[in-house]
Amino acid sequence: MATETMHLDVTHPVAIKRPARESQFGLMWRRFKRHKLAVVSLWIAALFYAVALFAEFLAPVDPSAYSARYTYAPPQGLHFVAVNEDGGWEFGPYVYGYKTEIDPVALRRTFVIDEEVRLPVRFFAESKPYNLFGFIPLTTKFIGVENPRDPFYILGADRLGRDMLSRLIHGTRISLSIGLAGVTLSLFFGIVIGGFAGYYGGWFDSATMRVVEFIRSMPTIPLWLGLAAAMPKDWSALQTYFAITLILSLIGWTELARVVRGRFLSLRTEDFVTAAQLDGASDWRIITRHMVPSFMSHIIAAATLAIPGMILAETALSFLGLGLQAPIVSWGTLLQDAQNIRTLASAPWLLAPGVCVVVIILAMNFFGDGLRDAADPHGR
Amino acid sequence: MSTLLTVDHLSKHFLLSGGLFGKERRLDALTDINLTVEAGETLAIVGESGCGKTTLGRCIIQAQSSSEGRVVYHPKSGGDVELTALSKREIKPWRQDIRMIFQDPMSSLNPYMRVFDIVAEPLRIHRICKGRELEERVISTLEKVGIPAEAVGRYPHAFSGGQRQRIGIARALVLDPKLVIADEAVSALDVSIQAQVLNLLEDLKTEFGLTYIFISHDLGVVNYIADRVVVMYLGHVVENAPTEMLFERPRHPYTELLLDTLPIADPLRRKVRKTEVRGEIPYLGNRPTGCPFNTRCKYAEDRCRTEKPVLRPIAGMAQEAACHFAEQLNLKGAYDDAPVKEIA
Repeated sequence: MATETMHLDVTHPVAIKRPARESQFGLMWRRFKRHKLAVVSLWIAALFYAVALFAEFLAPVDPSAYSARYTYAPPQGLHFVAVNEDGGWEFGPYVYGYKTEIDPVALRRTFVIDEEVRLPVRFFAESKPYNLFGFIPLTTKFIGVENPRDPFYILGADRLGRDMLSRLIHGTRISLSIGLAGVTLSLFFGIVIGGFAGYYGGWFDSATMRVVEFIRSMPTIPLWLGLAAAMPKDWSALQTYFAITLILSLIGWTELARVVRGRFLSLRTEDFVTAAQLDGASDWRIITRHMVPSFMSHIIAAATLAIPGMILAETALSFLGLGLQAPIVSWGTLLQDAQNIRTLASAPWLLAPGVCVVVIILAMNFFGDGLRDAADPHGR
Repeated sequence: MSTLLTVDHLSKHFLLSGGLFGKERRLDALTDINLTVEAGETLAIVGESGCGKTTLGRCIIQAQSSSEGRVVYHPKSGGDVELTALSKREIKPWRQDIRMIFQDPMSSLNPYMRVFDIVAEPLRIHRICKGRELEERVISTLEKVGIPAEAVGRYPHAFSGGQRQRIGIARALVLDPKLVIADEAVSALDVSIQAQVLNLLEDLKTEFGLTYIFISHDLGVVNYIADRVVVMYLGHVVENAPTEMLFERPRHPYTELLLDTLPIADPLRRKVRKTEVRGEIPYLGNRPTGCPFNTRCKYAEDRCRTEKPVLRPIAGMAQEAACHFAEQLNLKGAYDDAPVKEIA
């Protein structure tokens, strides 16, 4: 029988020198870069968020500054090359002025671009003092007309003669930040509740999952409408903002809680988690140090994919007049002006926020898809 | 030799929910386990899949709660520590003394932690040392198990299965434990690596003065490393004997059956199967009455089907078996030669 004891003298294997492993996020980034559409989307999204961040600096004028003289003024566009009377070329940014004409059909006074008048435009133009981020005093805007009294409506004006571009830029800040804040809040609820459910299991798990199913089975729009309608009308802009964020994340957390719970459930039985328990680690340490890092990338991807939903929801609510209210500028409140066909026919530039919504939603979706694929080690 | 650990009437059952309308069913994974572990010995627990050997290991180390009975640890400093009665907080200091090596070197190391952090984690949790001292201790432990110091910054996936198992061993040993439970510690490795790791475990045992509980299904490995063997079947201990005695003359028909499955590395003596293996291992939730092995035992008589045998010393020897006919039966050991087949 081959059961005699033999002490096999096998020398320890010599470790081969190999480059140290790239970090998890390094690997993820490398896979992500292969997804071209996602990379482009990342840049677009980054651009949008930069605009949101530096809104005061980028917006040519105050978004609430109105001018009765230029209601529904059409977009001037921004021009860089001009041809002189003597045929020579002149460089430098400028916009055309306006002249008024009477519309022969509607017998209304309308603005028409006057190509005779050129209003020179400056980058880093002087402006009235304002505060960047609310605390950095500045007197320079990214762009502006040389004579502050000249009309400057690159994207046109709304019914009160307010600059569409400035309003759009400030709206970007509100709409995008509400998406981020909502997802952050959802993420918090999702990780805490889903984490508890997945880690401890038992009745808490069953109860939570039934609640999640219940919430998800409700049609979202009427639920949002109900909650938003229950908000007191006399709340300040800031209060409304946070209330809307809360309402949006009240539903948003369910999806993330499920993802987190699933990951916890599958990780809980892994040997390395048992090993940590046998090391004597506290639950908190096990969760934060041993479990969360291994699915952080999935969480980031899931959160990114949740942002567009938030933005859409805010836009929809505000568009219906139940979300953010008039003095606050968001894409939704801006689109409220584009609600009737007559305005749309005569001032289509009011739809610009809609274009922004479509672009950012697509960008965030592609970006999130790319992230998810990159985070999945079993992917292509 | 002094006793290091006592397992006293330990039972573990799981309750299986029968769905919304079904009846809850009870599954007995361990029934009335009694054993002692002497300081300095290597105790092997063997049995086929599902016999409860892993559950026993997990109950001893309190990775799982037991249903009944006690697990008592006897530290060198004196006193008895009843592990089964301690809360999570109270048991933490004793986790330094009793450590575990896992079966699967792939899943037992956190893929997102560097080897250094994996081995340093227990030291950090128990706040034993930090800074320079921690670094030295981790690296010296890793070097003892054969992982070079320059590799400590890598992640587990950069290592082979054998190396990973060494890292798992280093994690168990870094706290300077007294008792190490190795749950199928080598069965996921290929045979040549198994030998390396077994030799390493032997060497470390001498160096650190360890006691092992070695859970395995591989009798060849058990014969190589164990001083004493506990054979389990269907959640019962059916035999408990020093390795030599067990392999030479088993006292329980199930042990005979297990020994008979050992392959012979000699083509001339390649045997025709001597013992007939009858039937399947019964479902735990529906165990037979009387002796748990009676459904598969070729020696079974009526008494075996009604009366459950208890684990008892056989003829005053160090060998214990749970069989009514332990003395009468002349069971075949591992060294009983099969008739040599002549080459034509």
